[in-house]
Amino acid sequence: MKRKTFIKNTFLGIAASMVGAEIVFSESIPEHYRPLILEEPDPYKLFNKSKEMTVLNNRPWNMEAKAHLLDDKITPNKYMFIRNNGLIPKDPDASNWKLVIDGESVIKPKTFTLNELKSKFKQYTYQLTLECGGNGRSEFNPPAKGNQWTVGAVSCAQWTGVRLRDVLDDVGLKNDAVYIGYHAADTHLSGDTSKAPISRGVPMYKALQEETLIAFKMNGEAIPLAHGYPLRLVAGGWPASASGKWINKISVRNKVHDGTKMKAPSYCVPCKPVAPGEKVKAEDMCIIESMPVKSLITYPKTGAMIQEARVLEIRGHAWAGELEVKSVAYSIDFGATWHTCSLESPVNRLAWQHFSARIKFPQKGYYEVWAKATDSEGVSQPMLLPGWNPKGYLNNACHRIAVKVK
Amino acid sequence: MDSKEFRNKIRRIYAALFAFFGLLLLVSGVLVYAVLNPSFLKFENTDYVETEAINNGIENGIHTETGFIYDEGMQTVITSCTSCHSAKLVTQNRATKEGWIGIIRWMQDTQNLWDLGENEAVIVNYLAKNYAPEARGRRDNLEAVEWYDLVE
Repeated sequence: MKRKTFIKNTFLGIAASMVGAEIVFSESIPEHYRPLILEEPDPYKLFNKSKEMTVLNNRPWNMEAKAHLLDDKITPNKYMFIRNNGLIPKDPDASNWKLVIDGESVIKPKTFTLNELKSKFKQYTYQLTLECGGNGRSEFNPPAKGNQWTVGAVSCAQWTGVRLRDVLDDVGLKNDAVYIGYHAADTHLSGDTSKAPISRGVPMYKALQEETLIAFKMNGEAIPLAHGYPLRLVAGGWPASASGKWINKISVRNKVHDGTKMKAPSYCVPCKPVAPGEKVKAEDMCIIESMPVKSLITYPKTGAMIQEARVLEIRGHAWAGELEVKSVAYSIDFGATWHTCSLESPVNRLAWQHFSARIKFPQKGYYEVWAKATDSEGVSQPMLLPGWNPKGYLNNACHRIAVKVK
Repeated sequence: MDSKEFRNKIRRIYAALFAFFGLLLLVSGVLVYAVLNPSFLKFENTDYVETEAINNGIENGIHTETGFIYDEGMQTVITSCTSCHSAKLVTQNRATKEGWIGIIRWMQDTQNLWDLGENEAVIVNYLAKNYAPEARGRRDNLEAVEWYDLVE
């Protein structure tokens, strides 16, 4: 047996040879090769997440909540989903962090330190709904590639920062500004430093909204590393991918930003409806802007068994992208009849709203409680999957929980 | 015995002792190394490496470390797919043969995936067989509900 062949075979068998408690042949691993298992810390500890969260992917890290974990009115870090396209930057240095504002449509590029941003501009705090464009992807048929999110890629935390528009005002824009695009410190999965894992953005009308923040605090504390420490964009109500994390540059473009994952099929849906499984050309795909109306029953957890004649209290949240939620209804007969829930107004624009109801069941048996929200333009959630699209975005079908009356 | 002969004899004993202790040092060194690095003396044994690994790692047809379904081509899939991303990104997805090829092309276009050569067919066949789309309707039943008594 030649040593070289041995090493090659070991290399090929490396992932398999990593099984079991002991790494028996550890000393034979080529030095540059780090098998995943050795780099796999406990993500719950690493990111201060609840053990009840579901890890969808460990390279890159992607993690989602379950419906009942999202019961808080303000989502705490431990229940906030993580969506990454690349690798999280290692030990970002907040004291030396800089944000460059450049692009074709700025009069003169400018660089701000994090401290300058904090001291120079007025700070605002908003509760903002961030939902992954692919939340609910797992239900599409035919299946769409990517992380198979169920219902838990949504959060509504309190974000503190400065308004992007105040910063852009300070820099000065030309009349031809069309879009802003962010650039960030995360790294490409392949290790290729010439590639950005993601560099998306929003059109100017969204960039200039009061609630669009360059944020440095989440729920009153420094933003957790997995959520963009020390600086991120927050554009509530839009696919969360528009809210770049670890940002170090914002480019004001005179055209639609052309960064990584701005092109179809990423974060795009067919401009016109298509049949399930249909091939769609890139030029027939449109960039997702506002997320659709949606709701989630966060209490009780699915699977609740109650005694006959007991009134079941349910509650949850509803949101509608750029719009407000006008009403939420529930059904316990698969949509045959609907009953109104009480609904709170949002604490600010783009924050989710809380609904609740008290349900009486007519007799013993198996029930599903379905919730359906309607936005301010009268558009409701579908009970079935909405229009199929190649990447499985925008599944806002009604959420439901199983209940047994004994 | 004259002094010259005596000196030669001493020199020979000295040399023999030197060689003996040198050898002892070498052997003990090798032994210590072998204790610290158990596979050091197992150069010849690659078959052992692979069968051991695979047998140990399979439970109910699933490779425990990666979660891959144990089938022909699994090793090639592990080697090719998990150096950049998690196995979970593969195992949570479902696609036809054409779909998996599409995913590979996308990774080659945008994610620096190399030309897979002959391995491509092995990988695609494995994935299309073991991770094929399931026939589903427009909404599934609620599955895997964990029932519990809701206390007031």
